[in-house]
Amino acid sequence: MTTTAAHPAFTVGHRTVTRVAGPLLVVDGMDGVGYGELVEVETGDGPVREGQVLELDGSTAIVQVFGGTVGIGRRETSVLTRGRAARTGVGTDYFGRVLDGAGRPRDGGPQPVPDDYRHVNGLPLNPITRAHPDQFIETGVSAIDGLITLVRGQKLPIFSGAGLPANSLAARIAAQARVPGDDAEVVVVFAAMGVTRREAEFFRTEFLTGGAAARSVLLLNLADDPTIERLMTPRVALTMAEYLAFEQQRHVLVVMTDMTAYCEALREISAAREEMPGRRGYPGYMYTDLASLYERAGRVRGGTGSLTQLMILTMPDDDITHPIPDLTGYITEGQIVLSRELDRQGIEPPIDVLPSLSRLMNAGIGAGKTRDDHRGLADQLYACYARGREVRRLMSIVGESGLPVEDRRYLAFAAAFERTYLDQGPDRRTLAGTLEVGWQLLSPFPAAELKRVSAEQLARHHHEASATATDD
Amino acid sequence: MTTTDPASRESWSGNRRVATDSGRVVRISGPVVSATGLPHTRLFDVVRVGVEQLLGEVIKIDGDLVVTQVFENTTGLQVGEPVEATGEPLYAELGPGLLGAILDGTQRPLQNLSTDGALYIARGADPPRLDRDLRWDFRPAVDVGDRVGPGDLLGSVPEGRAIEHRILVPTGVSGVVTSVRPEPSTILDPVVDVDGHPVAMLRRWPLRRARPVANRLPLTVPLITGQRVLDLLFPVARGGSAIIPGGFGTGKTVLEQALAKFSTADIVVYVGCGERGNELTEVLEEFPELSDPRTGAPLMERTVLIANTSNMPVAAREASIYSGITIAEYYRDQGYDVAMMADSTSRWGEALREVSSRLEEMPAEDGYPAYLATRLAGFYERAGAVTCLGTPERTGAVTIVGAVSPAGGDFSEPITQNSLRLAGCFWALDTALSRQRHFPAVNWLRSFSQYGLDEWFDREIGSDWSPLRRWASAALQDEGALQEVVSLLGVEALAAEQRITLRIGQALREDLLQQSSFDDLDASCPPQRLLAMLRVIHETGAAMRSAHQRGVAITAITSAAVLTELGRMRRWPPDHVDDSATRLIQRIAEEMSSL
Ligand SMILES: Nc1ncnc2c1ncn2[C@@H]1O[C@H](COP(=O)(O)OP(=O)(O)O)[C@@H](O)[C@H]1O
Ligand SMILES: [Mg+2]
Repeated sequence: MTTTAAHPAFTVGHRTVTRVAGPLLVVDGMDGVGYGELVEVETGDGPVREGQVLELDGSTAIVQVFGGTVGIGRRETSVLTRGRAARTGVGTDYFGRVLDGAGRPRDGGPQPVPDDYRHVNGLPLNPITRAHPDQFIETGVSAIDGLITLVRGQKLPIFSGAGLPANSLAARIAAQARVPGDDAEVVVVFAAMGVTRREAEFFRTEFLTGGAAARSVLLLNLADDPTIERLMTPRVALTMAEYLAFEQQRHVLVVMTDMTAYCEALREISAAREEMPGRRGYPGYMYTDLASLYERAGRVRGGTGSLTQLMILTMPDDDITHPIPDLTGYITEGQIVLSRELDRQGIEPPIDVLPSLSRLMNAGIGAGKTRDDHRGLADQLYACYARGREVRRLMSIVGESGLPVEDRRYLAFAAAFERTYLDQGPDRRTLAGTLEVGWQLLSPFPAAELKRVSAEQLARHHHEASATATDD
Repeated sequence: MTTTDPASRESWSGNRRVATDSGRVVRISGPVVSATGLPHTRLFDVVRVGVEQLLGEVIKIDGDLVVTQVFENTTGLQVGEPVEATGEPLYAELGPGLLGAILDGTQRPLQNLSTDGALYIARGADPPRLDRDLRWDFRPAVDVGDRVGPGDLLGSVPEGRAIEHRILVPTGVSGVVTSVRPEPSTILDPVVDVDGHPVAMLRRWPLRRARPVANRLPLTVPLITGQRVLDLLFPVARGGSAIIPGGFGTGKTVLEQALAKFSTADIVVYVGCGERGNELTEVLEEFPELSDPRTGAPLMERTVLIANTSNMPVAAREASIYSGITIAEYYRDQGYDVAMMADSTSRWGEALREVSSRLEEMPAEDGYPAYLATRLAGFYERAGAVTCLGTPERTGAVTIVGAVSPAGGDFSEPITQNSLRLAGCFWALDTALSRQRHFPAVNWLRSFSQYGLDEWFDREIGSDWSPLRRWASAALQDEGALQEVVSLLGVEALAAEQRITLRIGQALREDLLQQSSFDDLDASCPPQRLLAMLRVIHETGAAMRSAHQRGVAITAITSAAVLTELGRMRRWPPDHVDDSATRLIQRIAEEMSSL
């Protein structure tokens, strides 16, 4: 949001607050105010807070106050209107800066000089102006590059659980992402909502030290900052990102964390408005609200830039059917799911590939893009690992000796897959390296069992190991 | 010219914008805007809201207060702005130019919503729904002096390479043809006069009302989908309806798109309702490159795309379903087989819910309004196979395939449950199957089809179709039961006979039901090929059993190398499937007997 001094010509009237309810104000005398408009709330002492009109009824408005309503009383408070919706400055002068959740500097530095201002809610991209994302991004992480391939312009969330290393995975992807054969730089717009100081420090070090600083912006809404400001944070971030991607033709990666904190703020507003609660108290329009953020990812025709989104959410109780991951999964183009079990075993990164998915993978891989055997190999690894996990479950019931030989081969495969393919530690793997590891893992299987790869690909890449090698 | 009941009359004039009433905005809550000063307004009348004239529709009248849903974003709208009532309901514009079009939920062409290279959808645009300048080559089918009535064929224009767009006498119009103009005409030019009154090609029809037909027909012919699991186990009838419920990532969209590409419909209306923008872009990029499996014309020329993505206004999402079904009925009335895909009907239900909650209506289950079931029924009941009104005698059909996105993947929620009662096919997608990358992830134990289409398949495809279908269905059931035993006791606990059942079940699942949409050769499978594959698997079972009776060890039978040949059936060259099947059956029999 802009913090340019209020121009008297645009500032109209002082209104009376008749009610304060949680993050909401009920204000009278709001004639001439537009729906969704930005207002300023003054309390006499303390900073001016910004708010937004959520409902208009005659001359009464319901206003959500981003700075929270602490200290707002009926008397000394006045509400000023500016005649426009919330905007933010956009431009490259924000690189290297730490901003608060509403886009104001919080690093003590000077006010950035924006190229321009944009409304934070944006407008829907016209489907006919979109270009379908199809450019492979190499992240250096095998599980992602090989099996859950990310492409430029995709929106791909990380479904995490409390305490799982989603932040470091996101930081790693942001640092390593590159498109083979294209050295266009990736710029990072980072939006943190409800994060702890420790997490904030981690991101500041990751993104704003060294060379990365020149191509990163950090928006921080900390856990003890006003919760309602979180509703603004991703919108400001995405507005800046859209400008960079679609007007400046840059490749922008927007990292948003933690969407769970965002959704909780949404629930708070909804509860304060006494709306009919949906599942688990989240409002019925949460799908639409999340879509208005996530759909801002993409590529456009005639442009060379892209806006890729990587958002982190914490699944409450590790429950993937909870409304936050559920609605997210319905909107995003796949998901990367972290597993507590793999994390406990020290596997890094602990990605559970079975529930994970990249819906745009097919568009970004194959001959001419990655390699012709990429799809088949991925399907085969999936199929073998799924079967291996199934056998592992079975084994816990019937014991290993009760398993036929073929089944034991799948069991050994699952373990090896986790140890070598998934657990790569901090090393970066090229795509060729990832594919190579994949084929090696398949070597214990006779060719006839590998139905997902074509005969030619088998002939080229499959080196069947001798039978004895299979008994681990 | 005589007109019957004016309310049911099909309007065919151009843009009329008659303001009958004008009032003022008094309340704004998201898409729900209330106004006063509109005493003559009726429910579902169209209104123009604010100085920007945003399109809206009356959804409730409460004394002086007229409550509307606005199909565009209302940010910036102020109390006191004018509201105009048009006195008309929301219309679809019907006529040549629909095929290949890409429209939003209120039928606005998306090309006209971002002009001058703009990327985003601007607000307040009100372009004509159909191009008024294009000229179509009208070829009359009537002569001066002919007596015509509603639905009679007046003539046609070629629309694209494959479809003849038939221009019919509007409902409510009958009389004698007094003039015919066989010349290139715009949709507003009169092409025929009836009793001296000009009739042009453009028709307007209220979205929320079903179009009339002469007769409803029994559903006896399948819509061939090209998906083996559907055509074999859960076929949908032409004029029937199917729902595809499934959690996220289970394959609803891929399946809807596969049906849009490969099903044997003449016309496809694809409604992207509250889903991803990129999925429509994909259709837009892909369809012009693909050809209609039957006519060879570009696929886009049989397709109408309606795109109201999740970030576009919610109320227009609600309207998009009705725009889609009205366009579908319009082509049905010309005598075509139309398939309408709606992805996802849940987003439509959620739009109803959002508007209802802003109206502070008493919610029923999960916050959905009590009229959810009625609205769903009103939609699904517009599917059907019909005898069309008018001459020459024609039949047409609208088949509806609706995706359902249940919260948490739990099918007990209201949209799934209410749709389940209405649709004839239930194609249940299964998260567990999709995680094993078994696609299409249709759960064969949970899904069903209520259409009796065996007779058609036996007659048209092969007389062993229905016995083999029953066999496959039972074999899958048996395998499922045995799998449960295996998961408790291990495979060794099974008798040899049961292990053969298990292996055959596996072949049915992996080599028949699985079908990747990304495999160019296998993305669609004609029923003849499906039958051939099924015969091979059936004969394989017999060969395995006879090997077992001869005393061959069961592990040698179930792991015989020749069984991997079953996985190659999907790559058979298309022209010789029967030969390929015969050869493979022979080979399997030989190898089993040499074990
Ligand atoms: N028939 C199919 N063949 C191959 N892959 C499929 C098929 N159906 C689904 N998939 C895979 O599953 C992913 C999700 O499918 P999608 O239709 O987008 O799911 P939904 O619409 O149910 O959320 C696809 O991106 C694709 O990878
Ligand atoms: Mg989908």
